[in-house]
Amino acid sequence: MTAVEDRPDTESAKEIGRDRRRKEDQRLITGRTRWTDNIALPGMLHLAMVRSPFAHARIVSIDTEAAKTADNVVAVLTGADLGDAQGVCINAWAITTEQLAPTHVPMPTDRVAFAGETVAVVVARSAAAARDAAELVDVEYDELPAALDLKKSAADEVLAHPDLGTNKSAFWKFDSEEAGTGGNVDQAIEKARGDGIVIEREYRQQRLIPAFMEPRSTVVDPTGEQITMWTATQIPHVLRFALAAGSGVPESKIRVIAPDVGGGFGGKLQQTPEEMITFAVARRLGKPVRYTETRSESLMAGHHGRDQWQKLTLSAEKDGTVTGLKVELTADLGAYVAILGGGVPVLGAFMFNAIYKFPAYQFNCQTVLTNKTWTDAYRGAGRPEATYAIERLMDELAAEVGVDPLVIREKNWITHEEFPFTTVAGLEYDSGNYEAATEKAKASFGYDELRAEQRRRREAGDRIQLGIGVSTFTEMCGLAPSRVLGSLNYGAGGWEHAGVRMLATGKVEITTGTSAHGQGHETAFSQIVADRLGVAFEDVEILHGDTQIAHKGMDTYGSRSLVVGGEALVRAADKVIEKAKPIAAHLLEASVDDIEFSAGRFGVRGTDQGLAMAEIAMAAFTAHNLPDGVEATLDSEATYDPVNFNYPHGTHLCAMEVDTETGGVLMRKYTCVDDIGTIINPMIVEGQVHGGLAQGISQALWEEAVYDDSGTLVSGSFVDYLLPTTADTISFDVHHNTTASTTNTLGTKGVGEAGTIASTPAVVNAVVDAVRHLGIHDIQMPCTPERVWRAIHDAGAGGRAETEGAAAPHFDESTGMQGTVDRTDGAQS
Amino acid sequence: MIPTQFEYVAPATVQEALTALAEHGDEAKVIAGGQSLLPVLRMRLNAPEVVIDLGGIPELRGVRDDGDAIVIGAMTTHHTVLNDPLVAEHAALLARAGHELADAQIRHRGTIGGALAHADPAGDLGAPALALSAQFVITGSAGSRTVPADEFFVDLFETAIGEDELLTEIRVPKHTGWGAHYEKFVRVAHQWPIVAVAAAVRVAGGTIAEARVGLTNMGSTPLRARSVEEALVGQPATEDAVAQAAARAAEGTNPPSDLNGAADYRTHLAQVLTRRAVLAAAGA
Ligand SMILES: Cc1cc2nc3c(=O)[nH]c(=O)nc-3n(C[C@H](O)[C@H](O)[C@H](O)COP(=O)(O)OP(=O)(O)OC[C@H]3O[C@@H](n4cnc5c(N)ncnc54)[C@H](O)[C@@H]3O)c2cc1C
Repeated sequence: MTAVEDRPDTESAKEIGRDRRRKEDQRLITGRTRWTDNIALPGMLHLAMVRSPFAHARIVSIDTEAAKTADNVVAVLTGADLGDAQGVCINAWAITTEQLAPTHVPMPTDRVAFAGETVAVVVARSAAAARDAAELVDVEYDELPAALDLKKSAADEVLAHPDLGTNKSAFWKFDSEEAGTGGNVDQAIEKARGDGIVIEREYRQQRLIPAFMEPRSTVVDPTGEQITMWTATQIPHVLRFALAAGSGVPESKIRVIAPDVGGGFGGKLQQTPEEMITFAVARRLGKPVRYTETRSESLMAGHHGRDQWQKLTLSAEKDGTVTGLKVELTADLGAYVAILGGGVPVLGAFMFNAIYKFPAYQFNCQTVLTNKTWTDAYRGAGRPEATYAIERLMDELAAEVGVDPLVIREKNWITHEEFPFTTVAGLEYDSGNYEAATEKAKASFGYDELRAEQRRRREAGDRIQLGIGVSTFTEMCGLAPSRVLGSLNYGAGGWEHAGVRMLATGKVEITTGTSAHGQGHETAFSQIVADRLGVAFEDVEILHGDTQIAHKGMDTYGSRSLVVGGEALVRAADKVIEKAKPIAAHLLEASVDDIEFSAGRFGVRGTDQGLAMAEIAMAAFTAHNLPDGVEATLDSEATYDPVNFNYPHGTHLCAMEVDTETGGVLMRKYTCVDDIGTIINPMIVEGQVHGGLAQGISQALWEEAVYDDSGTLVSGSFVDYLLPTTADTISFDVHHNTTASTTNTLGTKGVGEAGTIASTPAVVNAVVDAVRHLGIHDIQMPCTPERVWRAIHDAGAGGRAETEGAAAPHFDESTGMQGTVDRTDGAQS
Repeated sequence: MIPTQFEYVAPATVQEALTALAEHGDEAKVIAGGQSLLPVLRMRLNAPEVVIDLGGIPELRGVRDDGDAIVIGAMTTHHTVLNDPLVAEHAALLARAGHELADAQIRHRGTIGGALAHADPAGDLGAPALALSAQFVITGSAGSRTVPADEFFVDLFETAIGEDELLTEIRVPKHTGWGAHYEKFVRVAHQWPIVAVAAAVRVAGGTIAEARVGLTNMGSTPLRARSVEEALVGQPATEDAVAQAAARAAEGTNPPSDLNGAADYRTHLAQVLTRRAVLAAAGA
């Protein structure tokens, strides 16, 4: 299918909806491409960071002499050496105007605030020499008490930053009565205490680490007129802005390139101290430099995610009709307020009410500074926490009322006739059909059969008990309407930009301000453009991730690339068609009003005359025969600011087997029916759903960043920070029920985070459901075998213990050798 | 993840390797499959000046029949061991455990000698070696000596191998016709066991005639559950009988507490897993 003339104008020829193999996969899977770490420039130097092993300590002295004289070392620099030139890392979202935030310099000179913080950087001719010399940097610390436990830190027992006088950074509140979107929640709860049901729970969102495949890496070349930074980031455009704001270098003097990037999951949505240090060192020395972190550094010093305590009060009438929901969150920021920082829990503020018709709602969030690694966005960012809380609560309510968890949901959810629906949190949900998705999911899951089996196992007292977990989630994505962001005090807009360049030969270059790091934009966006302009899929090239090429953008996160970036693309393409029409009319000697565009062809109404898009492109290029006053270009751009968020939803059903003897859990079946609107590429969607599910399931069962009493990250390698592989997950039963979004042209909804947001509560609900008859109504995440076993044996109580203990010492090498401790990764001896 | 600089020596014979060891003493480390040593070096938990690679010594590889025992060269990979017909016939327990060890890539590189010499109490091969009463052939400049499994594992990451010696062979007495099972309890598939139990039993006429039970990660070395073994002899291979014997599994153990479980949980697991392992080994 190359010539547009060959394209039959039928539904089946449409690119949208085809499961095109991904254009980018050959180079991504074989690795034959340009990542940051394989970019080598003439004369390039290498960096290694010297990191603090202490969570909180005064820096008494830093002796760099021995390191400076080591082989192949060019320089050793501290924060004091770089001075103001090292700049600062910015917080783009002060959630309140009174928010307290410690200044975040990339290399502090007086005090370190978390284990893994950089205090000096070694510059050498090879990465190995830099690392060797880093061990020769002698830092004297005076250890300070560290603020570690979140609740104790919220009570200011130990101060993470003594100068601030408190650990409380900001308090953010939404109240439906004050906002005029609902009633008074305290009254609803009081009433329910008298004549209804009140469910009070406290849930823990454990700390997670975004474990992307490619560790973070940055190359800076200061030798041109613009300083060029290649970096493994999700946000080249935002980063350029932040670099300028944080360093004082004019934005016009900075070019940021995100080459192929190996995953992010929010973990590369940051302006990192390491990027700032690399930038400052390159400028200082006038030479290209590269820094690539080790996996240990990545786990320890890359930003972490989640980490909240959620205190929840739900009120309902006796029959299970919900009347109010009050949320009190305590959120751990870690040592600094990151680029989004406290904005992450705030993104959840509008989602606790989920798909249910709560008449009254209140959300309170206290963000807290501690001496742990700073936290920020991690896949779902705020919405998984909210979804977990409400979906766990709905199961608890069902248990209290004594009905099936699906029944209690149906009683309270928005019905499909009620869309568009304005929620108690003030959002307008545009579309959806919770009933249809649920019906489809139940049938595919075999809900009734599994419930019957569960009953049989319970009655027989089987060693293996079966539990069924429900999660009827929705989320807000497609970040974000700029006005809303403005009202939330966010420091930027939420629009997206796209450009279409029509080349002389009829080929098309697309620029997009979104920045893919594994999602498959090149494929999906090509499909959209192919349909829109009637050109061949193969003829479309997607250019992105370079502030010089795709100069304008807000990058990729929050399931926004398709629903916001895709809409910008559609609008830019439509402008191309509008620009081509007068040229076509001129060449065809027809009136513009008679020109019709369809399937890549400009035809004259009522005739068989016409010209292909490629012919118009050539005519614009030669410009030999254009109508008067018409520009010699079809190229077009569009900047699209979404009018609303985007609300995918779905019904997820999970069956878990629990071995009551060992506490071991095993997934038996997982069915999801998601409504993500129009599907551009089913294969890519399936990949997003599978990966998203795995990540959400992983929070429920496996992942947890654990610190010891002195603030050292115990789960500091993949031996102890457990990630699943395909051996640990099952074949997911993935379906869709489509209601098109009404807020974008293509009718799409975001899918990047849906699986992660939905699955965590489905799994935990299933585990709890399997043992509820044993008196258990909660098991803290991750639901480790030990926690499940303790819950069963201590009648519930043991399932809520915090994880403690040392790492397993598999690589401890104490046999007759003097060990050296790698100070570059902050490991404590 | 760059190790400190070291000198690399690749001997072609055991003798050459021993000479290199003698020359460099405690500055040197031998490398087998590197699956434990390389992470140690890359995380800079150790920094030997010399690394002596055993990979080029053919005499250290392979499985052979030696009358009442099979002999496995220290450098035989996990993959080879678990697919070897002699192992399957006479020491099935080793193959069962090998199947559960790490993942396919690691099993193709890692070696039986390296795993046993590393002596990680959570390693999957120690308990089976102990249960099968393996003999460890340790070679030094003065010649070879044979150490029984009971004496080979000394402590956490510590064996009877001297600083200037090499583990060269593992001799496993034939357990032909014994049923075998390795019950490994993990949270994710590629993990070291939280606790595992290695069981080999000889069943005659529905009755357990002999039993060998080894425990992984229930102390600073692999352990033998002798009281379970004794209690099993003469018992029918039934759930109740085996459960009674398995209740003794944690006697004399000193399990660790770490991220994956506290000691009391491991104690409980040892009993449950012992029952399951023995029943599976007995084909019940
Ligand atoms: C991700 C990962 C997961 C793993 N999971 C498991 C698991 O689930 N279960 C498990 O049991 N193991 C596991 N392992 C370890 C694996 O079994 C290794 O293969 C084994 O522990 C070491 O074998 P090796 O041949 O690689 O030895 P090396 O790493 O080369 O050496 C290990 C140690 O033994 C010494 N040594 C080696 N050979 C000799 C010899 N002939 N004489 C004297 N000393 C010697 C070395 O000097 C070194 O100290 C895992 C490893 C990794 C990397």
